[in-house]
Amino acid sequence: MPLLLPFAELEVGKHLYWQLGNLKIHGQVFLSSWVVIGALLSLVVVGTRKLERDPRGTQNLLEFVWDYIRDLSREQIGEKAYRDWMPFIGTLFLFIFVSNWGGALVPWKLIHLPSGELGAPTADINTTIALALLVSLAYFYAGLSRKGLRYFEYYVEPTPIMLPFKIVEDFTKPLSLSFRLFGNILADELVVAVLAFLVPLIVPLPAMFLGLFTSAIQALIFATLAAYYIGEAVHEEHH
Amino acid sequence: MTSWLLLAEAGVPEGGLFDLDATLPLMAVQVVLLTFILNSLFFRPVGRAVEERESFISTSRADAKQKLAQAERLEADLKEQLKDARQQSQKLILEAEQEMDRLYRDALAAATADANASREQARREIDSQRDQAMARLNKDADKLGDLIVTRLLAAS
Repeated sequence: MPLLLPFAELEVGKHLYWQLGNLKIHGQVFLSSWVVIGALLSLVVVGTRKLERDPRGTQNLLEFVWDYIRDLSREQIGEKAYRDWMPFIGTLFLFIFVSNWGGALVPWKLIHLPSGELGAPTADINTTIALALLVSLAYFYAGLSRKGLRYFEYYVEPTPIMLPFKIVEDFTKPLSLSFRLFGNILADELVVAVLAFLVPLIVPLPAMFLGLFTSAIQALIFATLAAYYIGEAVHEEHH
Repeated sequence: MTSWLLLAEAGVPEGGLFDLDATLPLMAVQVVLLTFILNSLFFRPVGRAVEERESFISTSRADAKQKLAQAERLEADLKEQLKDARQQSQKLILEAEQEMDRLYRDALAAATADANASREQARREIDSQRDQAMARLNKDADKLGDLIVTRLLAAS
């Protein structure tokens, strides 16, 4: 790299490896995810320390978030089952949202790692695939626990011709979920990094704002789709 | 897509965008744990607070509605009573006026009769006294005339 600016190095696909037994894990992803989880938990702990009937301060924010997540999951999952899945949907939304915004807003580059660099945990394919597989497990579990083996009727409805498509869907759902999130966040970070590398001042700002917007939208999309899949699995056909 | 799969499988020493390893299951476990923690720290308490408030609001709303209905009923009741009382008082006033009128007439008639009676009596008394006085006068005059006649006769 000819020009070494402190905020404008570009490293793609380099990871800080930690050895865990004979397993390798990406240290930088866990470090930043712990920051994200820590931020979330401290916000939640501060906001729910003293819940009052007339909300004030952080409680207002938390209730707003709660309301938002409830509306989202109720709309997608339906009145009957949404209560069981609201914490899962909400956690997905909050974790992805705070990860994305944390990746965009926290000046990670100030912390120097021996290898790789800190960033949004969701810019790592492992995280997004983990989240997407959790969604797959969740909707299978939701469908099976609510309807038992009748869940598999869903594959042949409305006609058995749908069977192969529905089976393929089970694979494309996690694939599209994980790659959409991963691609958007990574691309956003790359765009900002490249622009900052080329023109360090002012020019990257619009891309950064766009990145914030994309980040929020991606969190919403992920949570909404997860809720929609679960809703689809628990949906009762009315004949 | 094949290229990165091949790259990953071909034992590229380290790194790459699509470097899948134990990060994936650990992250999944971490997110599941976070779900349970957030459920007990955030979703359940806030949900309870919100639902308590919602039920509080709906009960106080129902309460207020009931009270309003009661107040309206009371108002109608009182209005009815007020109307009744007005009519009653109107009637009472009318009755009292009539009564007063009647009493006034009665008293006037009684007083007039009384006055007439006492005037009549006074006239009768006056008449009788005049008659008496007249009679006495006549008697005196007769007596005097007799006396004069006697004297004159005696003198002559």
